[in-house]
Amino acid sequence: MISALDLFSIAAIGAGAFFFVAGTIGLLRFPDSLTRLHALAKADNLGLGLVALGLIPRAENGLGALKLILIWALVVASGGSTAQLIGRALRRGRK
Amino acid sequence: MSVLPFIDVGLAFLVVTVACSTIITRDLFAAVVSYVAYGLLLAFVWIRLHAPDVALTEAAVGGGVTGVLLITAGKRLAAIKKAAPEAHPTTTLKLLTGALAALLACALAAAILMLPDVPPSLAPEAAAAASGPGAGLGNPITAVLISYRSFDTMLEKVVLILAVVGVWSVGADKAWGNPPAPLGRPGPYPAMVFLAQVLVPIGALIGIHVFWVGADAPGGAFQGGALLAAMWMVAMMARLGEPPRIDARWLRLALIAGPAVFLIIGLAGISIAGSFFAYPPGFAKPIILFIETFMVLSIAVALPMLVAGPPSEGNRP
Repeated sequence: MISALDLFSIAAIGAGAFFFVAGTIGLLRFPDSLTRLHALAKADNLGLGLVALGLIPRAENGLGALKLILIWALVVASGGSTAQLIGRALRRGRK
Repeated sequence: MSVLPFIDVGLAFLVVTVACSTIITRDLFAAVVSYVAYGLLLAFVWIRLHAPDVALTEAAVGGGVTGVLLITAGKRLAAIKKAAPEAHPTTTLKLLTGALAALLACALAAAILMLPDVPPSLAPEAAAAASGPGAGLGNPITAVLISYRSFDTMLEKVVLILAVVGVWSVGADKAWGNPPAPLGRPGPYPAMVFLAQVLVPIGALIGIHVFWVGADAPGGAFQGGALLAAMWMVAMMARLGEPPRIDARWLRLALIAGPAVFLIIGLAGISIAGSFFAYPPGFAKPIILFIETFMVLSIAVALPMLVAGPPSEGNRP
């Protein structure tokens, strides 16, 4: 039998995978670098966040769950900052 | 039916594709980016081969530190090209280079095809040494590295120091002793400063954690040291810290600390435990952790110094 927690995991990871696919399509199809950055940030932040959320009920213990959240937080911080840095480099290149 | 074989085949296909694109790409920056992607994919391959220790090293060094090293090298190359227009290699030279590369590839392929059915292996011996007396570590990889292949592990760090000396010696005579040029652009950029302030403390903690658990779980001195090195580089790129003068006493001591401590303890093994690099039984674990602490220090200092480059002739005293 599938428990409610399993259903929650499947739904969250599925939604995360959807955002990764959508972000990848955006990365491949969007016209310029700034919009592509936007697509990438969605995949990183929402996609990974939902996958981590779905994995939390499956973590071995509280510490494992905390590590999952920490990994997501680190990716959000570094992904967001890197997008800023790339965006600035782009603006400088255009001037 | 399991989905894993399909993932493995897809992964292998991706690795080969990215490797080809690294070689074929003509733009230096694009080639470095695909090389970094190649390193990260290789890390996944190692995980699928159940070698998390190697995967950690590959992700930290192949995906991270080497990427930074190559990008900074590319930037310096571009600066040199601007100063002196590029001399194009002649067709003969190109043909010779191609022939040499093909010959090397053929020799490697032949070596792999002619391997004996039961390849000679030191694995059983290494496994015995790792689980034998004087090892006392939960992680057999660390035990093999520090106990069975101790001399190789020490020489690895000596190679790193030699590389740093090589980079330093490229600098001009009158620049000797100066700090290398700053890594980031002049003037702090808020996003980079924010990233450094958030990432560096957490990353440093994770680096120390990876080293500490390395005794009993996947991790170790090189992986932890590479993480610490990366954090120092991030701090320098955000201009929160500047590269130190290359004649600073603490810097030189930190560089040689790992191999020096390793060698001293190895020599002490002759009189205490009976042979070079033997550890007295019962004390192996604390001694190994003691050596690894200094190894981490040396790696964490050597890698950023490689990236920072030769001492600069800048206007700073």
